Amino acid sequence: MLISVGAVTTLFVWCLVKVLTGKKNPDHLAHVEPIEAKDIDRR
Amino acid sequence: MTTKQPDGWSSKLGVIMAVAGSAVGLGNFLRFPGLVADKETGGGAFLIAYFISLLIVGLPICWVEWTLGRFGGTQGYNSSPGIFHAIIRKPWGKYVGLLGFIIPVGVYFYYVVIESWCLGYAWNSFSGSLDLGKEPKSYADAFAAFTGLNADGAILGLGTPFLFFIGVFILNFVIIYRGLSKGIEFICNWGMPLLIAIALILLVRVLTLGTPDPTKPELSVWNGLGYMWDPHDISKGLSNPAVWLKAASQIFFTLSVGFGVIITYASYLKKNDDVVLSGLTATAANEFCEVGLGGMITVPAAFAFLGASAVAGGTFALGFNVLPQVFAGMPYGHLFGGLFFTLLFIAAITSSLSMLQPGIAFLEEGLGLDRRGSVALLGLITAVGCTLVVYFSEGLKALSTVDFWIGDIGIFLQGTLLIYIFNFAFGTERGWTEAHHGADIRIPRIFKFIIRWVSPAFLTAIFLMFVLKNVAGWNLSFTAAAFTPTDPILDLIGGPGHPASDVARLTAFFLLLFAAFSALMIHRAGKRWDAR
Repeated sequence: MLISVGAVTTLFVWCLVKVLTGKKNPDHLAHVEPIEAKDIDRR
Repeated sequence: MTTKQPDGWSSKLGVIMAVAGSAVGLGNFLRFPGLVADKETGGGAFLIAYFISLLIVGLPICWVEWTLGRFGGTQGYNSSPGIFHAIIRKPWGKYVGLLGFIIPVGVYFYYVVIESWCLGYAWNSFSGSLDLGKEPKSYADAFAAFTGLNADGAILGLGTPFLFFIGVFILNFVIIYRGLSKGIEFICNWGMPLLIAIALILLVRVLTLGTPDPTKPELSVWNGLGYMWDPHDISKGLSNPAVWLKAASQIFFTLSVGFGVIITYASYLKKNDDVVLSGLTATAANEFCEVGLGGMITVPAAFAFLGASAVAGGTFALGFNVLPQVFAGMPYGHLFGGLFFTLLFIAAITSSLSMLQPGIAFLEEGLGLDRRGSVALLGLITAVGCTLVVYFSEGLKALSTVDFWIGDIGIFLQGTLLIYIFNFAFGTERGWTEAHHGADIRIPRIFKFIIRWVSPAFLTAIFLMFVLKNVAGWNLSFTAAAFTPTDPILDLIGGPGHPASDVARLTAFFLLLFAAFSALMIHRAGKRWDAR
């Protein structure tokens, strides 16, 4: 019980704090690695 | 000529509250606790399966739906048919979005009815008229009278239950008419914090109950918590397919993925609005309400007053029969009971509003209706559907028929389609990049593998299991498989000892008509979209 309830509560609080205190650049593209040509989807 | 201001969210927290509001519903407080407490399929094994399902199905599909929704919005579409039209780019693409229209609207047919029960029970509790003594039959009779359980057409007229239904139905449309930021967002920005505040008050009340009846020392809230969170035999549970099916199903239904709601809500975001942290936060909010609050309130309270047998019933029995009896037994119970049903009402209305918006979005962009026209047409469609549910109330047959075929099968199907469309029509790499536009946090790289390979396989397996069990009647045994027709099937075709139900057949026919009508509207919408 403590693990389950503690985990979801911690996650929720962390997310809320991150949302309420976060700021970013408007045109920011976050944390994307360069895509190798061989990884591009063929469509 | 005035230009119509495009609808949109006024803040990031607003869209998160709206999605969380859509997800948090009666199931968080009534269904989940019952599943955990179940002696056969609950316990530690269920929770392990539940959290694994959250990581490999719930959260990935949540991010997929947010991403596809925002992409669709940048292409000028806010409805599922429009968004899939933009993604698939083939003539049949828009019809894939049919489910994203009929599921939320179809579920609304009965959800708003249940919502009116919650408001009615809140009113009755606050006024003291829900204190019916110690006899369980009194509460069951009260529920039957309020819902028309014993006879079709029982609640039609100027009686209280029908007036509550009419009031709640109108209230939903008044709010939805106000649009996204002044309507849904406003309600959720106030409603969700209020819901959590009420839940915390109830949590404190429950945890301080102690032993309500000193002559029965075994019935205490601490024993109730122990009953609820008893780990059982974990290894035995994890090898039971029924445990995985129940856990994965609950994750799926509780997060409102595959509903057609998140994809519409996310479509009102701008291209560089974050979807990763927003999706995670909405999910976390739902899980906090479900595991952290729902898991600590209803079952322990029911156990402390009435023992284990009180917990054995389903969602409606726990919520509307058992808990009123529990609240009647505690000091100031009418206040706490009123608060509890107010909490359920807030959870329900933030969900029901979310079911209307996909319909509004489609009618506006697909048929070119303005807000008044879309509200009027959707109001008419839902009035017909709701009338079916309200009138054919005996045994809640119409309600359960819509719930099974639309609310269960439909959602699973849509969710499965979503993950395949993301991977194969949109492209996993492209989708991964798209998800990270404007993202405030990074999705751990392992999730790319999960989204590409694990989620589709797991969800397909769970969906097949669900259909085999609940439609074909499989007993979930691999060594001694048996198939027994289930109630939804017997209701339609009849069988020995279970005659076909005319109400179920009529409801199913109505749903088919509704689907056909929706497909015709999508066909017409497609012409409009191709022309622009």
